Amino acid sequence: MADQLTLQLAHLYRRAGFGARPEDLTAGVARGYSATVDYLLDRSRNDPGAIPPPALDPRTLQPADTQQARKELRQLRNQQETDLVGWWLERMVLTDQQGAEKLAWFWHDHYATSAQKVDNPHLMLAQNQLFRQQGGAGFDALTQAVAKDGAMMLWLDSNKNNRNRPNENFARELMELFTIGIGNYTDDDVREAARAFAGWRYNRQEGFRVLKGQADPGQKTILGKTAAFTGEEVVGMLVTSPAAARFVTAKLWRHYAFPVGTDHPVVAELAPGFAADLNVTKLVRSILLHPQFVSPEARQGLVKQPVEWMAGIFRQLDMRPSEMVGNVNMATLNKLNQKPFFPPSVGGWPDNGYWISTASALVRYQFALQVSARARLDWIAGANNAARLTAIAARLGVDEWTPSSAETITAAGEPRRQLAAALVTPEYVLN
Amino acid sequence: MNTPQNSLHTENTHTYESALVDGDTSSTLGAFAPDVEIAPGITRRSFMAALGLGAATASMPLVSAAAAPTVGVAGSLRGVNARTQAATASPSSTGDGILVMVTLYGGNDGINTVVPYADPAYAANRQSVAINPDQVHKLDNSFGLHPELKGLKALYDQKRLAIVHGVGYPNGNRSHFRSMDIWQTARPTEVINTGWLGRWYDATGPDATHMINIGGSLPRFMIGTKGAGANLNPGKLTLPGGAAGEKAIQGIGRNAENTAALGPWGARIAASNADLLRVKNTYAPLLNSSTEAASSGATNLEGDGTNSLTRDMQEVARLVNAGAPARVYGVSLGGFDTHAGELGQHAQLMGYLDQALTSFYAVIAGSPRGQKVTVVVYSEFGRRVQANGSDGTDHGAAAPVLVLGPQVNGGQYGQPPSLTDLDLGDLKFTTDFRSVYATVLGKTLGIDPAVSLGGAFPLLGFL
Repeated sequence: MADQLTLQLAHLYRRAGFGARPEDLTAGVARGYSATVDYLLDRSRNDPGAIPPPALDPRTLQPADTQQARKELRQLRNQQETDLVGWWLERMVLTDQQGAEKLAWFWHDHYATSAQKVDNPHLMLAQNQLFRQQGGAGFDALTQAVAKDGAMMLWLDSNKNNRNRPNENFARELMELFTIGIGNYTDDDVREAARAFAGWRYNRQEGFRVLKGQADPGQKTILGKTAAFTGEEVVGMLVTSPAAARFVTAKLWRHYAFPVGTDHPVVAELAPGFAADLNVTKLVRSILLHPQFVSPEARQGLVKQPVEWMAGIFRQLDMRPSEMVGNVNMATLNKLNQKPFFPPSVGGWPDNGYWISTASALVRYQFALQVSARARLDWIAGANNAARLTAIAARLGVDEWTPSSAETITAAGEPRRQLAAALVTPEYVLN
Repeated sequence: MNTPQNSLHTENTHTYESALVDGDTSSTLGAFAPDVEIAPGITRRSFMAALGLGAATASMPLVSAAAAPTVGVAGSLRGVNARTQAATASPSSTGDGILVMVTLYGGNDGINTVVPYADPAYAANRQSVAINPDQVHKLDNSFGLHPELKGLKALYDQKRLAIVHGVGYPNGNRSHFRSMDIWQTARPTEVINTGWLGRWYDATGPDATHMINIGGSLPRFMIGTKGAGANLNPGKLTLPGGAAGEKAIQGIGRNAENTAALGPWGARIAASNADLLRVKNTYAPLLNSSTEAASSGATNLEGDGTNSLTRDMQEVARLVNAGAPARVYGVSLGGFDTHAGELGQHAQLMGYLDQALTSFYAVIAGSPRGQKVTVVVYSEFGRRVQANGSDGTDHGAAAPVLVLGPQVNGGQYGQPPSLTDLDLGDLKFTTDFRSVYATVLGKTLGIDPAVSLGGAFPLLGFL
């Protein structure tokens, strides 16, 4: 079993990034835990692994006027969406800015927007870049930007919100899922807030604007306050409320450590600091340096999401996703119910139990065999079984195999099958 | 929200902020109290419902909605006199049935599914989202099915489709996620881990082969404390890696008891491997014998224009007819969150639903095992009575539940909610959703409904 610091660093890299490569652990041991936290969150370094996004054919920005043209555009859009997924996965694996990338992944789940309805890869990419560029800064500025983001405005129908009988879709999810959480607002608050976003529009030529004729300048009563609120003022009021600090702190704690509600003591401890400046990176740092972050509760508290499981495998085996032939990665993520850019709903992906099922067990093992077949295995080949168990555990950042897992890996016989079995053990599927 | 496929949240109680949301619980306590019969065929609760007094249901089929007096609440026996006794339970509802739960994610517009076309308030409120009365499939002088539900109209005429009006629960929650959790856990006022069929599963000697969801993730209603249902992706079921692969999965499954080293989630991961082997041993021979199965599993990608619900329900039908041991199946369809541009999107979804249900019925109706199947179609809420200014509708409350199958006593049940006496613009529920559950728990699954529901709810006459 590896030393305590190495195990903690492996845990840190799984949660704050997409898993540790062997050289990450070596460097981390030299650096120490807290300096590694800083390293992971530092955005100023040059990043050779920052794969640039694919150049998207601008034809998908134009409307099509014939049925044939529409069909071709649909195929082109589907291809672009597939390219985006492939690009993001590659970037998760290769970027040296692991902290920023993991945070972008968090915001994609938090402000979950699906290409299925947006149907515009350019807008999906722009939103994704927003999460990467602004995801570590102020929660207030980020939420204001998301509210005016083209993909979001199409996704939650802001673009069709009219003064006469406003559309509640964005206002409701803004309160329930993006800022203050259920229980902290009433249905009347939703209806009043929807009025403040009436007239908001987005189009490619002009970007965001407010259609004066559809805006509602009247008084609105929201969360007990009455004024002629604009949409920006509603967002501002929500993100600066104490409920939002608790809600976002709990959500980030859940993402990095283990599931908690807003009434958990650790939220009470961290939320006031976040409320003071709404600085996301500072909050993440507090989480990663918190004693409970490395507790057994945290260690066993999360199941890897399929994207985390897959990206981690590539990183730890020193592979690129694009080494896999055909559409294996995409088909696997699809069957595991987690295709990036296609969250199942505005609520994002549920956690833990959602990822455990007989079907996912089968799909994971299938992919484990496929990826093991392409992995370099010189680091285990030749060793005896006891040494292989140790080498695989170290490589995959597993603390210790249970007797059943050790027995199963050993019984698998040759290195490829042993690695495949290791990738589907509960020890490894836990995050 | 858009295209939700599954609203299963975390399994962990303390992840829910929503625990406090339901607020006033006093009005719901009555729903948990045992019901009493105050007159032949009229229970206290159905009587209360007839008076419009809250959590209750009328356990009688509606003979004719047009005949139901629509006088005000005070002092009237709204609906009661216009109904007949429940049809006697079908003699073949012997409790050894098969239940298929169809979940519509996103909040299906019940008003445009079972359309109150004759009510002047319908056209007045729905405006651009109103369906032309000439196009609905008329059931009587009050209601008609959505134009795309032509197959369901035929089943209705054959008395194999039941419509339960105004189904919901007190203090309807307009959050997709909280409301779907309420429907799937059957606990409107508390947040718990187990689903209503997960508790049936716990009580009947948990066996993953007995509860099957088609598709990648388990819905919350299938989660029990002793385990959970299994799920199958459509198509053939083959373990990769041959005999050695099977041995590896078996070995990993042996960790299922090792919560000490792995924690509860790790143990469940292991258990899902053990369940996979068990399910494979039972289901692979059934699934892999048919060439049809292989082709139907080929298109499993989003946006390819195929009707995934039909594909999934055909899988269920094949399993039923082949004698699979499952007593409960789950399938789902998303995309019902029609805040804008509703008419076209909803029509497409209704078309999918109609095709899936009627083609399913056609396959099972001819087999002896298929005779035991009952299908329940529900969503987390209905939609607002008045259309919004985006040619759509916002989140609502009560909505109809559809029940169909060879054992079903077709017709209309429950009191149709008023389109003008509303709760914040939404329909007031008239039948507690747990009465629907109680009926299928008792009649289809043959268990005391209280085991799952924690109390007694009046049974409905559709079985």
